[in-house]
Amino acid sequence: MAVTVASPDAPFAPVAPGTLAPHTTTAPYGQHRWAGWEWLATVDHKKIGIMYTLAGLFFFLMGGFEALLIRTQLIHPLNDFLHPDVFNQMFTMHATTMIFLAIMPINVGLGNYIVPLMVGAADMAYPRLNAFSFWLFLFAGIFLNLSFLMGGAPNTGWFSYAPLTEKGFGSNSGVDFWNIGLQLLGIASIAGAVNFIVTILKLRAPGMTFNRLPLFTWMTLVVSFLIIFSFPSITVALILLMFDRLMGTHFFVPGAGGDPLLWQHLFWFFGHPEVYILILPAMGIVSEILPVFSRKPIFGYTFIAYSGVAIGFLSFTVWAHHMFATGLGDFANGAFATGSFLIGVPTGVKIFNWIGTLWGGSIRYKTPMLFAVGFIAMFIIGGISGISLASPPVDYQQTDTYYVVAHIHYVLFGGAIFGIFAGIYYWFPKMFGRFLDEGLGKIHFWLVMVGFNTTFFPMHWLGTEGMPRRIYTYFPNYGWDFWNLVATIGSYILGAGVLVFVGNVLMTLLRPQQDLSNNPWEAATLEWATTSPPPAHNFDAVPVVYSRYPLWEDRHADASGSGHVEMATGAMPHTSIDERSHPADTAVAMGAGETGGHLAVADSADGEHAGGHAFHLPAPTIFPIVLAFGLILIAFALLFAPPILKITFLVTGVIYFCVSIYGWVKQVSD
Amino acid sequence: MAVVTAPHTDLSMDHAPTGLESLDVRKLGMWTFLGSECVFFGSLLAMYFVYRPMMFQVEHTPHEILNIPFTGILAFILLMSSLTMVLALSALQHDHRRTGSIWLLATAFLGMLFLGGQAIEFSKIAREGYTLRNSMFGQGFLILTGFHGTHVFIGIIWLLSCFMKAVRGGFHSGNYIGPEICGLYWHFVDVVWVAIFTLIYLV
Repeated sequence: MAVTVASPDAPFAPVAPGTLAPHTTTAPYGQHRWAGWEWLATVDHKKIGIMYTLAGLFFFLMGGFEALLIRTQLIHPLNDFLHPDVFNQMFTMHATTMIFLAIMPINVGLGNYIVPLMVGAADMAYPRLNAFSFWLFLFAGIFLNLSFLMGGAPNTGWFSYAPLTEKGFGSNSGVDFWNIGLQLLGIASIAGAVNFIVTILKLRAPGMTFNRLPLFTWMTLVVSFLIIFSFPSITVALILLMFDRLMGTHFFVPGAGGDPLLWQHLFWFFGHPEVYILILPAMGIVSEILPVFSRKPIFGYTFIAYSGVAIGFLSFTVWAHHMFATGLGDFANGAFATGSFLIGVPTGVKIFNWIGTLWGGSIRYKTPMLFAVGFIAMFIIGGISGISLASPPVDYQQTDTYYVVAHIHYVLFGGAIFGIFAGIYYWFPKMFGRFLDEGLGKIHFWLVMVGFNTTFFPMHWLGTEGMPRRIYTYFPNYGWDFWNLVATIGSYILGAGVLVFVGNVLMTLLRPQQDLSNNPWEAATLEWATTSPPPAHNFDAVPVVYSRYPLWEDRHADASGSGHVEMATGAMPHTSIDERSHPADTAVAMGAGETGGHLAVADSADGEHAGGHAFHLPAPTIFPIVLAFGLILIAFALLFAPPILKITFLVTGVIYFCVSIYGWVKQVSD
Repeated sequence: MAVVTAPHTDLSMDHAPTGLESLDVRKLGMWTFLGSECVFFGSLLAMYFVYRPMMFQVEHTPHEILNIPFTGILAFILLMSSLTMVLALSALQHDHRRTGSIWLLATAFLGMLFLGGQAIEFSKIAREGYTLRNSMFGQGFLILTGFHGTHVFIGIIWLLSCFMKAVRGGFHSGNYIGPEICGLYWHFVDVVWVAIFTLIYLV
């Protein structure tokens, strides 16, 4: 058993790759084939992560465009820029796109790329399933948006309350696209979440205990559990609605004995955990970035990790706070309000810990840090309006007004999207081997910050003055004119900011790759211990972890491993962090100098005790994309009324389905 | 560059074991998925119980509609299939390829018997007018048990594919993870039926 010691700049360079690299079978591909094949058939979590993120950003632009149309319609009273029904389609698709096709996939994309690197693994636990999740998400996203061309997009709002969604209640065929599209996205999300859970629980590098797990990985783990326990609930709701619309059942039709309220319960039992599915990864990203750019360890690691778990648990106990106005009764309202207030506690704990991390740090205001700090500020505002909405009497006044719109945007844009931008700026050098432009990044940040607040802060007042959400226009004498105008101008500033970001990404990608070191931000976690961008197998050898900050071990002494931290001076020699993990008879790997940090690495044959480190990367395969495509064909078959189309799509889809399942299973068992 | 000895044994003892070390990667995936399935069937059962009071206002109670002794036999068949599944896995673990294959086939066969019985039951209540379209009881019952039946169907396909591999000697004492995971799924589907049978038929 051999552990090699890293030189500061290239920890793994001295290791002979032939003896240590896991088996990869990517070589036969990519040379003689069409270049796109490498992406279509890839099972590499890094390629899949990039595709997830890019597809998510594309849908983010689409959803943003829809938002600008909405704001343009509302710029002045009695505007006729959009037809009312088109307006309904726009707000439905804006929310659906942003939630299911933008924020979730970008979170999953960043997680896909970063989590295996962070835990020191060669790939996700199920690389083929990972590819399947991505393709199914992409196809389902396209499927949802095809509704624009095929009879109109869904027009019932993103939570699609019954019985509005039933036939004969003003809904169009877009609701079927929405329904089936979300079922497919649910399958993709659950498959992805299972993958993350197993990856994080089983593929951690030796020495990476739960107490040393990077916080982004922690939050991804929590989110994955939220997904597997919440998505089945909406799946059942969607199935019942599908039977109502396509098979003539009456689950949600009140006149025939159905119960529309059941939809709300099933939907929000999913819907509330869903908002934590959107926000927790951003909290994880911020918890990674703040220590790096404050140059000190996170304050209260354990509290941040376990308050994430607490938020996850509590999120299943509060769903009916979306339903106070339905008249559940005082006891139910009180119980769900209590749960909702309680969530403020772990959330507040996190905020104080982030501020504590900043406190006394030597802060570098690079773009990732700007967005991370912006996240904290904006999320506090969103959190506080959330606390007020958790009170039933207040909610009676504010529900279905622009106050709620302001709240969700402070949480999901000021929170989730700010965190995502921070994460993209932070990990871009790792993904593509070059920095995003700092100057443009700062312009991007300030435009978004100003535009965001100009757009959404006035909505608090609009809501308090009684402006209902989802109205396509309003009369001039209501006193809503001015702030609507301001909000619309703000949304254009916001749009300009996002365009700067797009320009920044495109320009950076067109520039030649920089010769970056492994760890250009001087960060602490394992993804920075390999090259930028990493090789296909991630690490030439399995890293061994002795602390929460493997790349900072010579800088910060964390004697107890539980948060007590002393700053080591730059000139100090290497300090072991956890003496217990360095047996006396073992010569400890030693970093050469103050900047590099040391990292012990074990060859892959030795890593077996960690479970799964003798990891065999599967060959590229086309079956995941074929399987996903087959499911989309079957989805179309459900929608088409003419028998000839129905049967053609059904038969083709089932053939694709069976062939790819057979091929997949055969590939696995061979 | 220095090469030193890795403290592997110390590492594994020193860092609090999570209890997951011995769990196979694929098995953990199946457990996770089954956790998700619990919420799926839980939501379906909740749906049934939300509609149950409304069913009784206009329709007969489930006890009057359903043939409980008949379904009792079906439940017994499905429970027995869990037994044969255990026997199959145990035989394969001990390199009894032939016995193991037979038990796998028997499990699939019992699953098919169950599905056949369910088809008879469905057509009977449909003849009596309890269909998806016409009846509160019909829609709730058919969706709930229908999705369970779909799970049984997928399980049968899976069992048969395990059987195909088992007869060719694909499983032995060193590799039986395939039927083991399939068995996890099969037992889960069985347990769901115990819940459904108790809550829908007996309560």
